[in-house]
Amino acid sequence: MNETKTNVQSNIPVLDRWNLEIIGIVLVVLFFLVAPFFIYPVFLMKAMSYAILGMSVNLLLGYVGLLSFGHAAFFGLSAYMFGHFAKEMDFGVALSMLIAVSGGTLLGVLFAMIAVRRIEFYFAMITLALAQLVYFFCVQAEFTGGDDGLQGIPRGEILGFSLLENSHLYGFVLLMFLFCLLFVFRIINSPFGEMLKAIRENPERVTSLGCSPRTYKFIAFVLSAFLASIGGALKALVFQIAALPDVHWLMSGDGVLMALVGGIGTLIGPIVGALFIVWAQDGLAEIGMSVVVMQGLLFMATVLLFRKGIVGELGRLKKYFR
Amino acid sequence: MKNKSDIILETKSLRKEFSGFVAVSGVNLKVRRGSIHAIIGPNGAGKTTLFNLLTKVHQPTDGTIEFNGRDITGLSSPEIARLGIVRSFQISAIFPELTVLENVRIALQCRRGDSFDFWKPKKTLFRMNDEARGYLESVGLDDSLNSMAGDLPYGRRRALEIATTLAMEPELLLLDEPTAGMGTEDIDRTADLIQRCAKDRTIIMVEHNLGVVARLADTISVQVRGQVVAEGNYETVSADPLVKEAYLGAAHA
Ligand SMILES: Nc1ncnc2c1ncn2[C@@H]1O[C@H](COP(=O)(O)OP(=O)(O)OP(=O)(O)O)[C@@H](O)[C@H]1O
Ligand SMILES: [Mg+2]
Repeated sequence: MNETKTNVQSNIPVLDRWNLEIIGIVLVVLFFLVAPFFIYPVFLMKAMSYAILGMSVNLLLGYVGLLSFGHAAFFGLSAYMFGHFAKEMDFGVALSMLIAVSGGTLLGVLFAMIAVRRIEFYFAMITLALAQLVYFFCVQAEFTGGDDGLQGIPRGEILGFSLLENSHLYGFVLLMFLFCLLFVFRIINSPFGEMLKAIRENPERVTSLGCSPRTYKFIAFVLSAFLASIGGALKALVFQIAALPDVHWLMSGDGVLMALVGGIGTLIGPIVGALFIVWAQDGLAEIGMSVVVMQGLLFMATVLLFRKGIVGELGRLKKYFR
Repeated sequence: MKNKSDIILETKSLRKEFSGFVAVSGVNLKVRRGSIHAIIGPNGAGKTTLFNLLTKVHQPTDGTIEFNGRDITGLSSPEIARLGIVRSFQISAIFPELTVLENVRIALQCRRGDSFDFWKPKKTLFRMNDEARGYLESVGLDDSLNSMAGDLPYGRRRALEIATTLAMEPELLLLDEPTAGMGTEDIDRTADLIQRCAKDRTIIMVEHNLGVVARLADTISVQVRGQVVAEGNYETVSADPLVKEAYLGAAHA
Protein backbone atom coordinates (compact mmCIF):
# COMPACT_ATOMS: atom_id res chain seq x y z
CA MET A 1 0.00 0.00 0.00
CA ASN A 2 2.94 2.36 0.45
CA GLU A 3 3.87 1.95 -3.19
CA THR A 4 1.20 4.42 -4.20
CA LYS A 5 2.84 7.77 -4.68
CA THR A 6 6.08 6.77 -6.35
CA ASN A 7 6.47 7.04 -10.07
CA VAL A 8 5.41 4.31 -12.42
CA GLN A 9 8.71 2.74 -13.36
CA SER A 10 10.03 2.32 -9.85
CA ASN A 11 6.60 1.28 -8.74
CA ILE A 12 6.75 -2.17 -10.30
CA PRO A 13 6.84 -4.91 -7.66
CA VAL A 14 10.22 -6.60 -7.35
CA LEU A 15 9.01 -10.09 -8.13
CA ASP A 16 6.65 -9.35 -10.94
CA ARG A 17 5.98 -11.74 -13.76
CA TRP A 18 8.78 -10.35 -15.90
CA ASN A 19 11.43 -10.89 -13.25
CA LEU A 20 10.16 -14.38 -12.55
CA GLU A 21 10.51 -15.14 -16.23
CA ILE A 22 14.12 -13.95 -16.27
CA ILE A 23 14.87 -16.12 -13.24
CA GLY A 24 13.14 -19.01 -15.01
CA ILE A 25 15.26 -18.59 -18.13
CA VAL A 26 18.47 -18.54 -16.10
CA LEU A 27 17.47 -21.69 -14.21
CA VAL A 28 16.57 -23.47 -17.43
CA VAL A 29 19.89 -22.56 -19.03
CA LEU A 30 21.82 -23.70 -15.96
CA PHE A 31 19.86 -26.93 -15.86
CA PHE A 32 20.53 -27.85 -19.47
CA LEU A 33 24.21 -26.91 -19.15
CA VAL A 34 24.77 -29.07 -16.10
CA ALA A 35 22.30 -31.88 -16.68
CA PRO A 36 24.15 -33.74 -19.48
CA PHE A 37 26.85 -34.63 -16.93
CA PHE A 38 24.27 -36.57 -14.96
CA ILE A 39 21.45 -37.42 -17.34
CA TYR A 40 21.48 -39.25 -20.65
CA PRO A 41 21.92 -36.41 -23.21
CA VAL A 42 19.54 -37.98 -25.74
CA PHE A 43 16.80 -37.79 -23.15
CA LEU A 44 17.54 -34.10 -22.65
CA MET A 45 17.59 -33.39 -26.38
CA LYS A 46 14.29 -35.17 -26.80
CA ALA A 47 12.87 -33.12 -23.96
CA MET A 48 14.14 -29.91 -25.54
CA SER A 49 12.58 -30.59 -28.92
CA TYR A 50 9.33 -31.60 -27.23
CA ALA A 51 9.50 -28.53 -25.04
CA ILE A 52 9.64 -26.37 -28.15
CA LEU A 53 6.40 -28.00 -29.28
CA GLY A 54 4.96 -27.39 -25.82
CA MET A 55 6.02 -23.73 -25.92
CA SER A 56 4.42 -23.27 -29.31
CA VAL A 57 1.12 -24.75 -28.12
CA ASN A 58 1.34 -22.66 -24.98
CA LEU A 59 1.92 -19.47 -26.93
CA LEU A 60 -1.58 -19.93 -28.34
CA LEU A 61 -3.30 -21.57 -25.40
CA GLY A 62 -1.72 -19.54 -22.64
CA TYR A 63 -1.42 -16.13 -24.26
CA VAL A 64 -4.19 -15.97 -26.84
CA GLY A 65 -6.64 -18.45 -25.37
CA LEU A 66 -6.69 -20.66 -28.47
CA LEU A 67 -6.55 -24.43 -28.05
CA SER A 68 -4.87 -26.01 -31.06
CA PHE A 69 -5.12 -29.73 -31.51
CA GLY A 70 -3.22 -29.68 -34.76
CA HIS A 71 0.36 -28.80 -33.96
CA ALA A 72 1.61 -32.27 -34.84
CA ALA A 73 1.08 -31.24 -38.45
CA PHE A 74 3.79 -28.59 -38.26
CA PHE A 75 6.04 -30.66 -36.03
CA GLY A 76 5.69 -33.75 -38.23
CA LEU A 77 5.80 -32.12 -41.63
CA SER A 78 8.93 -30.27 -40.64
CA ALA A 79 10.50 -33.52 -39.36
CA TYR A 80 9.71 -35.23 -42.65
CA MET A 81 10.94 -32.35 -44.75
CA PHE A 82 14.13 -32.14 -42.78
CA GLY A 83 14.66 -35.86 -43.22
CA HIS A 84 13.90 -35.74 -46.90
CA PHE A 85 16.20 -32.88 -47.76
CA ALA A 86 19.03 -34.03 -45.50
CA LYS A 87 18.88 -37.67 -46.54
CA GLU A 88 17.57 -37.88 -50.09
CA MET A 89 18.80 -34.54 -51.40
CA ASP A 90 21.96 -34.23 -49.31
CA PHE A 91 21.31 -30.55 -48.57
CA GLY A 92 23.12 -30.55 -45.25
CA VAL A 93 21.74 -29.73 -41.80
CA ALA A 94 21.45 -25.95 -42.02
CA LEU A 95 19.73 -25.73 -45.38
CA SER A 96 17.48 -28.72 -44.74
CA MET A 97 16.40 -27.22 -41.46
CA LEU A 98 15.72 -23.87 -43.09
CA ILE A 99 13.55 -25.51 -45.75
CA ALA A 100 11.77 -27.73 -43.24
CA VAL A 101 10.94 -24.87 -40.88
CA SER A 102 9.76 -22.72 -43.79
CA GLY A 103 7.54 -25.58 -44.93
CA GLY A 104 6.01 -26.03 -41.49
CA THR A 105 5.49 -22.30 -41.12
CA LEU A 106 3.77 -22.05 -44.49
CA LEU A 107 1.48 -24.88 -43.47
CA GLY A 108 0.79 -22.76 -40.40
CA VAL A 109 -0.25 -19.85 -42.63
CA LEU A 110 -2.66 -22.17 -44.40
CA PHE A 111 -4.11 -23.49 -41.15
CA ALA A 112 -4.40 -19.98 -39.75
CA MET A 113 -6.32 -18.73 -42.77
CA ILE A 114 -8.91 -21.43 -42.20
CA ALA A 115 -8.99 -21.80 -38.44
CA VAL A 116 -8.61 -18.31 -37.01
CA ARG A 117 -12.06 -17.21 -38.13
CA ARG A 118 -13.69 -19.87 -35.98
CA ILE A 119 -14.72 -19.31 -32.43
CA GLU A 120 -12.88 -21.21 -29.72
CA PHE A 121 -14.66 -24.53 -29.69
CA TYR A 122 -14.56 -24.92 -33.43
CA PHE A 123 -10.99 -23.75 -33.47
CA ALA A 124 -9.83 -26.89 -31.67
CA MET A 125 -11.94 -29.08 -33.95
CA ILE A 126 -10.81 -27.40 -37.16
CA THR A 127 -7.12 -27.58 -36.26
CA LEU A 128 -7.57 -31.25 -35.40
CA ALA A 129 -9.38 -31.93 -38.68
CA LEU A 130 -6.76 -30.12 -40.75
CA ALA A 131 -3.96 -31.97 -38.96
CA GLN A 132 -5.68 -35.27 -39.71
CA LEU A 133 -5.68 -34.33 -43.38
CA VAL A 134 -1.95 -33.78 -43.15
CA TYR A 135 -1.59 -37.09 -41.36
CA PHE A 136 -3.40 -39.00 -44.08
CA PHE A 137 -1.39 -37.19 -46.67
CA CYS A 138 1.78 -38.40 -44.94
CA VAL A 139 0.45 -41.96 -44.78
CA GLN A 140 -0.13 -41.90 -48.53
CA ALA A 141 2.75 -39.82 -49.83
CA GLU A 142 5.85 -41.49 -51.23
CA PHE A 143 8.51 -39.31 -49.69
CA THR A 144 7.54 -40.09 -46.11
CA GLY A 145 8.49 -43.73 -46.40
CA GLY A 146 5.11 -44.98 -45.19
CA ASP A 147 5.14 -47.08 -42.04
CA ASP A 148 8.93 -47.24 -41.93
CA GLY A 149 9.31 -43.48 -42.00
CA LEU A 150 12.58 -41.86 -42.97
CA GLN A 151 15.37 -43.63 -41.16
CA GLY A 152 19.05 -42.93 -40.86
CA ILE A 153 18.83 -39.21 -41.48
CA PRO A 154 22.46 -38.08 -41.61
CA ARG A 155 23.65 -35.65 -38.98
CA GLY A 156 26.37 -34.04 -41.05
CA GLU A 157 27.83 -30.80 -39.80
CA ILE A 158 26.89 -27.23 -39.20
CA LEU A 159 29.19 -24.22 -39.53
CA GLY A 160 32.15 -26.55 -39.56
CA PHE A 161 31.12 -28.39 -36.39
CA SER A 162 30.52 -32.06 -36.99
CA LEU A 163 27.24 -33.06 -35.43
CA LEU A 164 28.44 -36.66 -35.25
CA GLU A 165 30.20 -35.46 -32.16
CA ASN A 166 27.65 -35.81 -29.37
CA SER A 167 28.68 -32.69 -27.49
CA HIS A 168 28.39 -30.63 -30.67
CA LEU A 169 24.94 -32.03 -31.35
CA TYR A 170 23.89 -31.26 -27.81
CA GLY A 171 25.26 -27.74 -28.08
CA PHE A 172 23.42 -27.13 -31.32
CA VAL A 173 20.10 -28.41 -29.97
CA LEU A 174 20.58 -26.34 -26.84
CA LEU A 175 21.23 -23.21 -28.88
CA MET A 176 18.15 -23.74 -31.02
CA PHE A 177 16.13 -24.42 -27.91
CA LEU A 178 17.37 -21.23 -26.27
CA PHE A 179 16.56 -19.30 -29.39
CA CYS A 180 12.98 -20.55 -29.18
CA LEU A 181 12.74 -19.79 -25.49
CA LEU A 182 13.98 -16.23 -25.97
CA PHE A 183 11.77 -15.85 -29.02
CA VAL A 184 8.70 -16.70 -26.94
CA PHE A 185 9.93 -14.44 -24.16
CA ARG A 186 10.24 -11.58 -26.60
CA ILE A 187 6.78 -12.16 -28.10
CA ILE A 188 4.94 -12.32 -24.79
CA ASN A 189 6.76 -9.27 -23.50
CA SER A 190 6.23 -7.12 -26.56
CA PRO A 191 3.48 -4.60 -27.32
CA PHE A 192 2.04 -7.31 -29.56
CA GLY A 193 2.12 -9.79 -26.69
CA GLU A 194 0.30 -7.32 -24.50
CA MET A 195 -2.48 -7.20 -27.07
CA LEU A 196 -2.53 -11.00 -27.20
CA LYS A 197 -3.14 -11.14 -23.47
CA ALA A 198 -5.91 -8.59 -23.78
CA ILE A 199 -7.48 -10.70 -26.52
CA ARG A 200 -7.20 -13.77 -24.32
CA GLU A 201 -8.95 -11.97 -21.49
CA ASN A 202 -11.70 -10.23 -23.40
CA PRO A 203 -11.80 -10.25 -27.20
CA GLU A 204 -15.09 -8.33 -27.35
CA ARG A 205 -13.55 -5.51 -25.40
CA VAL A 206 -10.55 -5.38 -27.71
CA THR A 207 -12.89 -5.18 -30.68
CA SER A 208 -14.84 -2.37 -29.06
CA LEU A 209 -11.56 -0.49 -28.60
CA GLY A 210 -10.91 -0.56 -32.32
CA CYS A 211 -8.54 -3.49 -32.88
CA SER A 212 -9.47 -6.69 -34.66
CA PRO A 213 -8.37 -9.76 -32.71
CA ARG A 214 -8.37 -11.86 -35.85
CA THR A 215 -5.17 -10.41 -37.30
CA TYR A 216 -3.39 -10.80 -33.97
CA LYS A 217 -4.55 -14.38 -33.69
CA PHE A 218 -3.41 -15.05 -37.24
CA ILE A 219 0.09 -13.79 -36.62
CA ALA A 220 0.33 -15.58 -33.27
CA PHE A 221 -0.71 -18.80 -34.96
CA VAL A 222 1.94 -18.51 -37.64
CA LEU A 223 4.62 -17.71 -35.06
CA SER A 224 3.49 -20.74 -33.11
CA ALA A 225 3.66 -22.98 -36.19
CA PHE A 226 7.15 -21.66 -36.82
CA LEU A 227 8.22 -22.79 -33.36
CA ALA A 228 6.57 -26.19 -33.66
CA SER A 229 8.41 -26.68 -36.95
CA ILE A 230 11.76 -26.01 -35.31
CA GLY A 231 10.88 -28.60 -32.66
CA GLY A 232 10.03 -31.19 -35.32
CA ALA A 233 13.18 -30.66 -37.35
CA LEU A 234 15.34 -30.90 -34.22
CA LYS A 235 13.63 -34.09 -33.16
CA ALA A 236 14.38 -35.61 -36.58
CA LEU A 237 17.98 -34.49 -36.31
CA VAL A 238 18.46 -36.00 -32.85
CA PHE A 239 16.78 -39.34 -33.47
CA GLN A 240 17.75 -39.47 -37.16
CA ILE A 241 14.22 -40.56 -37.92
CA ALA A 242 10.98 -38.97 -39.02
CA ALA A 243 7.92 -41.17 -38.89
CA LEU A 244 4.15 -41.24 -38.60
CA PRO A 245 3.98 -40.73 -34.81
CA ASP A 246 5.43 -37.25 -35.41
CA VAL A 247 2.33 -36.17 -37.35
CA HIS A 248 -0.14 -38.23 -35.33
CA TRP A 249 -2.77 -36.42 -33.26
CA LEU A 250 -1.27 -37.95 -30.13
CA MET A 251 1.72 -35.70 -30.76
CA SER A 252 -0.60 -32.68 -30.79
CA GLY A 253 -2.05 -34.03 -27.57
CA ASP A 254 1.45 -34.26 -26.07
CA GLY A 255 1.99 -30.61 -26.90
CA VAL A 256 -1.19 -29.60 -25.13
CA LEU A 257 -0.44 -31.88 -22.20
CA MET A 258 3.05 -30.46 -21.73
CA ALA A 259 1.62 -26.95 -21.63
CA LEU A 260 -1.14 -28.01 -19.23
CA VAL A 261 1.03 -30.02 -16.86
CA GLY A 262 3.78 -27.41 -16.77
CA GLY A 263 1.36 -24.52 -16.48
CA ILE A 264 -0.33 -22.70 -19.33
CA GLY A 265 0.43 -19.05 -19.63
CA THR A 266 3.82 -19.43 -17.96
CA LEU A 267 7.05 -19.09 -19.89
CA ILE A 268 8.89 -22.11 -18.59
CA GLY A 269 5.87 -24.27 -17.77
CA PRO A 270 6.00 -26.21 -21.05
CA ILE A 271 9.68 -26.99 -20.47
CA VAL A 272 8.97 -28.48 -17.07
CA GLY A 273 5.99 -30.24 -18.62
CA ALA A 274 8.14 -31.65 -21.42
CA LEU A 275 10.78 -32.97 -19.02
CA PHE A 276 8.06 -34.54 -16.95
CA ILE A 277 6.24 -36.14 -19.84
CA VAL A 278 9.32 -37.41 -21.66
CA TRP A 279 10.51 -38.85 -18.37
CA ALA A 280 7.13 -40.47 -17.74
CA GLN A 281 6.93 -41.87 -21.28
CA ASP A 282 10.39 -43.42 -21.10
CA GLY A 283 9.79 -44.72 -17.61
CA LEU A 284 6.43 -46.21 -18.42
CA ALA A 285 7.74 -47.86 -21.54
CA GLU A 286 10.13 -49.72 -19.24
CA ILE A 287 7.50 -50.98 -16.85
CA GLY A 288 5.11 -51.63 -19.73
CA MET A 289 2.24 -49.36 -18.72
CA SER A 290 0.23 -47.77 -21.48
CA VAL A 291 1.42 -44.27 -22.25
CA VAL A 292 -2.05 -43.25 -23.39
CA VAL A 293 -3.61 -44.31 -20.09
CA MET A 294 -0.96 -42.40 -18.16
CA GLN A 295 -1.56 -39.32 -20.25
CA GLY A 296 -5.28 -39.53 -19.77
CA LEU A 297 -4.83 -39.71 -16.01
CA LEU A 298 -2.34 -36.89 -16.06
CA PHE A 299 -4.68 -34.77 -18.10
CA MET A 300 -7.52 -35.33 -15.66
CA ALA A 301 -5.33 -34.70 -12.65
CA THR A 302 -4.18 -31.39 -14.08
CA VAL A 303 -7.61 -30.20 -15.02
CA LEU A 304 -9.24 -31.31 -11.77
CA LEU A 305 -6.53 -30.79 -9.17
CA PHE A 306 -3.92 -28.29 -10.15
CA ARG A 307 -5.25 -26.25 -12.99
CA LYS A 308 -2.34 -23.88 -13.05
CA GLY A 309 0.18 -26.64 -13.72
CA ILE A 310 3.48 -27.21 -11.96
CA VAL A 311 5.01 -23.81 -12.67
CA GLY A 312 1.72 -22.02 -12.17
CA GLU A 313 1.26 -23.55 -8.74
CA LEU A 314 4.85 -22.71 -7.82
CA GLY A 315 4.21 -19.18 -9.04
CA ARG A 316 1.57 -18.83 -6.36
CA LEU A 317 4.34 -19.10 -3.79
CA LYS A 318 5.81 -15.83 -5.02
CA LYS A 319 3.58 -13.81 -2.74
CA TYR A 320 5.54 -15.15 0.20
CA PHE A 321 8.65 -13.44 -1.12
CA ARG A 322 7.20 -9.95 -1.25
CA MET B 1 -14.55 19.29 -40.61
CA LYS B 2 -16.29 22.64 -40.33
CA ASN B 3 -20.05 23.04 -40.41
CA LYS B 4 -20.53 19.97 -38.35
CA SER B 5 -24.21 19.59 -37.94
CA ASP B 6 -25.88 19.84 -34.62
CA ILE B 7 -26.81 16.16 -34.71
CA ILE B 8 -23.90 13.82 -34.06
CA LEU B 9 -25.79 10.55 -34.31
CA GLU B 10 -29.01 9.69 -36.00
CA THR B 11 -30.72 6.34 -36.42
CA LYS B 12 -33.56 5.78 -38.86
CA SER B 13 -36.11 3.02 -38.28
CA LEU B 14 -33.51 0.90 -36.58
CA ARG B 15 -34.69 -2.66 -36.03
CA LYS B 16 -33.20 -5.86 -34.69
CA GLU B 17 -34.80 -9.28 -34.65
CA PHE B 18 -33.35 -12.34 -32.98
CA SER B 19 -34.84 -15.29 -34.84
CA GLY B 20 -38.26 -13.70 -34.92
CA PHE B 21 -38.09 -11.94 -31.55
CA VAL B 22 -38.06 -8.17 -32.04
CA ALA B 23 -35.60 -6.63 -29.59
CA VAL B 24 -35.37 -3.17 -31.14
CA SER B 25 -37.95 -1.72 -33.46
CA GLY B 26 -38.49 1.55 -35.29
CA VAL B 27 -35.96 3.50 -33.28
CA ASN B 28 -35.37 7.00 -34.63
CA LEU B 29 -32.79 8.48 -32.36
CA LYS B 30 -31.35 11.96 -32.77
CA VAL B 31 -28.52 12.77 -30.47
CA ARG B 32 -27.41 16.38 -30.20
CA ARG B 33 -23.71 17.13 -30.20
CA GLY B 34 -22.37 17.89 -26.75
CA SER B 35 -25.41 16.60 -24.92
CA ILE B 36 -25.90 13.83 -22.44
CA HIS B 37 -28.61 11.63 -23.82
CA ALA B 38 -30.05 9.04 -21.46
CA ILE B 39 -31.91 5.93 -22.46
CA ILE B 40 -34.10 4.44 -19.82
CA GLY B 41 -36.60 1.62 -19.81
CA PRO B 42 -37.50 -1.60 -18.05
CA ASN B 43 -35.39 -4.76 -18.15
CA GLY B 44 -35.34 -6.41 -21.52
CA ALA B 45 -36.48 -3.25 -23.31
CA GLY B 46 -33.65 -3.54 -25.79
CA LYS B 47 -31.35 -0.80 -24.51
CA THR B 48 -28.21 -2.89 -24.57
CA THR B 49 -29.23 -4.31 -27.93
CA LEU B 50 -29.48 -0.76 -29.22
CA PHE B 51 -25.88 -0.15 -28.08
CA ASN B 52 -24.88 -3.42 -29.70
CA LEU B 53 -26.33 -2.17 -32.96
CA LEU B 54 -24.60 1.20 -32.71
CA THR B 55 -21.24 -0.49 -32.09
CA LYS B 56 -21.87 -3.31 -34.53
CA VAL B 57 -21.73 -6.17 -32.09
CA HIS B 58 -24.91 -7.02 -33.98
CA GLN B 59 -25.85 -6.08 -37.50
CA PRO B 60 -29.25 -4.31 -37.65
CA THR B 61 -32.03 -6.25 -39.36
CA ASP B 62 -33.24 -2.99 -40.85
CA GLY B 63 -32.65 0.75 -40.67
CA THR B 64 -29.60 2.99 -40.87
CA ILE B 65 -27.16 4.66 -38.53
CA GLU B 66 -25.55 7.99 -39.35
CA PHE B 67 -22.61 9.45 -37.50
CA ASN B 68 -21.70 13.05 -38.30
CA GLY B 69 -23.92 12.79 -41.35
CA ARG B 70 -22.13 9.73 -42.67
CA ASP B 71 -23.87 6.38 -43.05
CA ILE B 72 -21.98 3.94 -40.85
CA THR B 73 -24.45 1.07 -40.95
CA GLY B 74 -22.09 -1.14 -42.91
CA LEU B 75 -18.94 -0.63 -40.85
CA SER B 76 -17.37 -3.19 -38.53
CA SER B 77 -16.97 -2.91 -34.80
CA PRO B 78 -13.31 -1.83 -34.83
CA GLU B 79 -14.00 0.67 -37.58
CA ILE B 80 -16.77 2.24 -35.51
CA ALA B 81 -14.40 2.53 -32.56
CA ARG B 82 -11.73 4.16 -34.67
CA LEU B 83 -14.27 6.65 -35.96
CA GLY B 84 -14.75 7.80 -32.38
CA ILE B 85 -17.69 5.84 -30.98
CA VAL B 86 -16.53 3.88 -27.96
CA ARG B 87 -18.64 2.09 -25.40
CA SER B 88 -18.48 0.59 -21.98
CA PHE B 89 -20.31 -2.62 -21.20
CA GLN B 90 -23.11 -3.46 -18.81
CA ILE B 91 -20.98 -6.23 -17.31
CA SER B 92 -17.58 -4.68 -16.65
CA ALA B 93 -15.33 -5.39 -19.57
CA ILE B 94 -11.82 -5.26 -18.22
CA PHE B 95 -8.72 -7.38 -18.71
CA PRO B 96 -8.56 -9.07 -15.30
CA GLU B 97 -5.04 -10.50 -15.55
CA LEU B 98 -3.47 -7.30 -16.72
CA THR B 99 -2.62 -4.52 -14.30
CA VAL B 100 -4.76 -1.42 -14.02
CA LEU B 101 -2.15 0.58 -15.90
CA GLU B 102 -1.84 -2.06 -18.62
CA ASN B 103 -5.61 -2.06 -19.08
CA VAL B 104 -5.62 1.59 -20.01
CA ARG B 105 -2.47 1.18 -22.08
CA ILE B 106 -4.30 -1.37 -24.22
CA ALA B 107 -6.71 1.38 -25.22
CA LEU B 108 -3.80 3.67 -26.03
CA GLN B 109 -2.24 0.91 -28.11
CA CYS B 110 -5.51 0.47 -29.96
CA ARG B 111 -5.86 4.19 -30.51
CA ARG B 112 -2.41 4.23 -32.08
CA GLY B 113 -3.74 1.61 -34.51
CA ASP B 114 -2.95 -2.04 -35.07
CA SER B 115 0.68 -2.91 -34.54
CA PHE B 116 2.12 -6.36 -34.75
CA ASP B 117 5.50 -5.52 -33.28
CA PHE B 118 6.24 -8.82 -31.59
CA TRP B 119 9.98 -8.18 -31.81
CA LYS B 120 9.96 -4.99 -29.76
CA PRO B 121 10.53 -4.98 -26.02
CA LYS B 122 7.72 -4.06 -23.70
CA LYS B 123 9.70 -1.02 -22.65
CA THR B 124 8.51 0.74 -25.80
CA LEU B 125 5.11 0.91 -24.14
CA PHE B 126 6.37 2.71 -21.08
CA ARG B 127 6.23 6.08 -22.75
CA MET B 128 2.46 5.71 -22.72
CA ASN B 129 2.49 5.36 -18.95
CA ASP B 130 2.07 9.02 -18.13
CA GLU B 131 -0.85 9.42 -20.44
CA ALA B 132 -2.49 6.26 -19.10
CA ARG B 133 -1.98 7.50 -15.58
CA GLY B 134 -3.76 10.71 -16.50
CA TYR B 135 -6.92 8.84 -17.38
CA LEU B 136 -6.66 6.75 -14.23
CA GLU B 137 -6.31 9.89 -12.15
CA SER B 138 -9.53 11.22 -13.60
CA VAL B 139 -11.42 8.23 -12.20
CA GLY B 140 -9.46 8.13 -8.95
CA LEU B 141 -7.60 4.93 -9.71
CA ASP B 142 -4.07 6.30 -9.77
CA ASP B 143 -3.43 4.69 -6.40
CA SER B 144 -3.63 1.16 -7.76
CA LEU B 145 -1.68 1.33 -11.01
CA ASN B 146 0.00 -2.02 -10.54
CA SER B 147 -2.87 -3.97 -9.02
CA MET B 148 -4.28 -6.76 -11.11
CA ALA B 149 -7.48 -5.42 -12.60
CA GLY B 150 -9.28 -8.60 -11.55
CA ASP B 151 -8.47 -7.87 -7.91
CA LEU B 152 -10.34 -4.56 -7.90
CA PRO B 153 -13.67 -4.33 -6.12
CA TYR B 154 -16.70 -4.01 -8.36
CA GLY B 155 -17.17 -0.26 -8.31
CA ARG B 156 -13.55 0.36 -9.13
CA ARG B 157 -13.67 -2.06 -12.03
CA ARG B 158 -16.39 0.07 -13.54
CA ALA B 159 -14.21 3.11 -13.00
CA LEU B 160 -11.35 1.32 -14.74
CA GLU B 161 -13.57 0.47 -17.64
CA ILE B 162 -14.59 4.09 -17.98
CA ALA B 163 -10.95 5.20 -17.85
CA THR B 164 -10.12 2.70 -20.59
CA THR B 165 -13.00 3.97 -22.67
CA LEU B 166 -11.94 7.59 -22.16
CA ALA B 167 -8.41 6.74 -23.22
CA MET B 168 -9.78 6.21 -26.71
CA GLU B 169 -10.69 9.92 -26.70
CA PRO B 170 -14.06 9.10 -28.21
CA GLU B 171 -16.16 11.78 -29.78
CA LEU B 172 -19.25 9.84 -28.76
CA LEU B 173 -19.22 7.86 -25.56
CA LEU B 174 -21.75 5.08 -24.94
CA LEU B 175 -22.11 4.05 -21.32
CA ASP B 176 -24.21 1.00 -20.49
CA GLU B 177 -25.41 1.41 -16.91
CA PRO B 178 -22.22 3.05 -15.62
CA THR B 179 -23.42 3.13 -12.01
CA ALA B 180 -24.96 -0.35 -11.83
CA GLY B 181 -23.99 -2.15 -8.65
CA MET B 182 -22.20 0.83 -7.12
CA GLY B 183 -22.66 2.23 -3.64
CA THR B 184 -23.96 5.79 -3.22
CA GLU B 185 -20.48 7.23 -2.85
CA ASP B 186 -19.22 5.65 -6.06
CA ILE B 187 -22.41 6.65 -7.84
CA ASP B 188 -21.83 10.29 -7.00
CA ARG B 189 -18.22 10.09 -8.04
CA THR B 190 -19.14 8.45 -11.34
CA ALA B 191 -21.86 11.00 -12.01
CA ASP B 192 -19.36 13.79 -11.42
CA LEU B 193 -16.95 12.09 -13.78
CA ILE B 194 -19.58 11.73 -16.49
CA GLN B 195 -20.44 15.37 -16.14
CA ARG B 196 -16.80 16.34 -16.52
CA CYS B 197 -16.39 14.05 -19.54
CA ALA B 198 -19.41 15.61 -21.18
CA LYS B 199 -17.67 18.97 -21.46
CA ASP B 200 -16.01 18.14 -24.72
CA ARG B 201 -17.88 15.14 -25.99
CA THR B 202 -21.28 13.62 -26.47
CA ILE B 203 -22.55 10.88 -24.20
CA ILE B 204 -25.34 8.37 -24.58
CA MET B 205 -25.98 6.46 -21.40
CA VAL B 206 -28.30 3.68 -20.41
CA GLU B 207 -29.10 4.21 -16.77
CA HIS B 208 -31.53 2.75 -14.26
CA ASN B 209 -30.75 5.19 -11.48
CA LEU B 210 -33.29 7.95 -12.08
CA GLY B 211 -31.52 10.30 -9.70
CA VAL B 212 -28.45 10.18 -11.90
CA VAL B 213 -30.56 10.56 -15.01
CA ALA B 214 -32.41 13.57 -13.61
CA ARG B 215 -29.14 15.19 -12.66
CA LEU B 216 -27.15 14.54 -15.84
CA ALA B 217 -29.37 14.04 -18.83
CA ASP B 218 -30.26 16.78 -21.28
CA THR B 219 -32.53 14.46 -23.21
CA ILE B 220 -34.14 11.22 -22.19
CA SER B 221 -35.50 8.53 -24.47
CA VAL B 222 -37.74 5.94 -22.90
CA GLN B 223 -37.53 2.55 -24.52
CA VAL B 224 -40.18 -0.07 -23.90
CA ARG B 225 -40.34 -3.44 -25.65
CA GLY B 226 -37.90 -2.31 -28.30
CA GLN B 227 -39.60 0.97 -29.11
CA VAL B 228 -38.94 4.51 -28.01
CA VAL B 229 -42.25 5.56 -26.47
CA ALA B 230 -41.32 8.98 -25.16
CA GLU B 231 -38.58 11.55 -25.44
CA GLY B 232 -37.73 14.86 -23.89
CA ASN B 233 -36.26 16.32 -20.75
CA TYR B 234 -36.86 14.79 -17.34
CA GLU B 235 -40.04 16.75 -16.60
CA THR B 236 -41.67 15.95 -19.93
CA VAL B 237 -40.77 12.32 -19.79
CA SER B 238 -41.77 11.70 -16.21
CA ALA B 239 -45.14 13.32 -16.84
CA ASP B 240 -45.86 11.14 -19.86
CA PRO B 241 -48.69 8.70 -19.10
CA LEU B 242 -47.21 5.98 -21.29
CA VAL B 243 -43.98 6.17 -19.37
CA LYS B 244 -45.74 6.14 -16.04
CA GLU B 245 -47.59 3.05 -17.03
CA ALA B 246 -44.78 1.13 -18.71
CA TYR B 247 -41.77 2.13 -16.71
CA LEU B 248 -42.20 4.20 -13.63
CA GLY B 249 -45.42 2.43 -12.79
CA ALA B 250 -43.75 -0.92 -13.00
CA ALA B 251 -40.77 0.28 -11.02
CA HIS B 252 -42.88 1.72 -8.24
CA ALA B 253 -45.33 -1.14 -8.08
N1 LIG C 1 -27.93 -12.08 -28.80
C1 LIG C 1 -29.24 -12.22 -28.49
N2 LIG C 1 -29.94 -13.27 -28.95
C2 LIG C 1 -31.25 -13.41 -28.65
N3 LIG C 1 -31.94 -12.56 -27.91
C3 LIG C 1 -31.31 -11.48 -27.42
C4 LIG C 1 -29.93 -11.25 -27.68
N4 LIG C 1 -29.55 -10.11 -27.07
C5 LIG C 1 -30.66 -9.65 -26.45
N5 LIG C 1 -31.71 -10.46 -26.65
C6 LIG C 1 -33.05 -10.25 -26.16
O1 LIG C 1 -33.46 -8.97 -26.49
C7 LIG C 1 -34.20 -8.38 -25.43
C8 LIG C 1 -33.60 -7.08 -25.06
O2 LIG C 1 -32.39 -7.31 -24.36
P1 LIG C 1 -31.43 -6.14 -23.90
O3 LIG C 1 -30.24 -6.77 -23.27
O4 LIG C 1 -31.18 -5.23 -25.03
O5 LIG C 1 -32.32 -5.41 -22.81
P2 LIG C 1 -31.94 -4.21 -21.87
O6 LIG C 1 -32.91 -3.14 -22.14
O7 LIG C 1 -30.52 -3.86 -21.98
O8 LIG C 1 -32.26 -4.82 -20.45
P3 LIG C 1 -31.51 -4.62 -19.05
O9 LIG C 1 -32.07 -3.40 -18.44
O10 LIG C 1 -31.89 -5.84 -18.28
O11 LIG C 1 -30.07 -4.54 -19.32
C9 LIG C 1 -34.20 -9.39 -24.29
O12 LIG C 1 -35.45 -10.07 -24.31
C10 LIG C 1 -33.10 -10.34 -24.64
O13 LIG C 1 -33.40 -11.65 -24.22
MG1 LIG D 1 -28.91 -3.90 -20.78
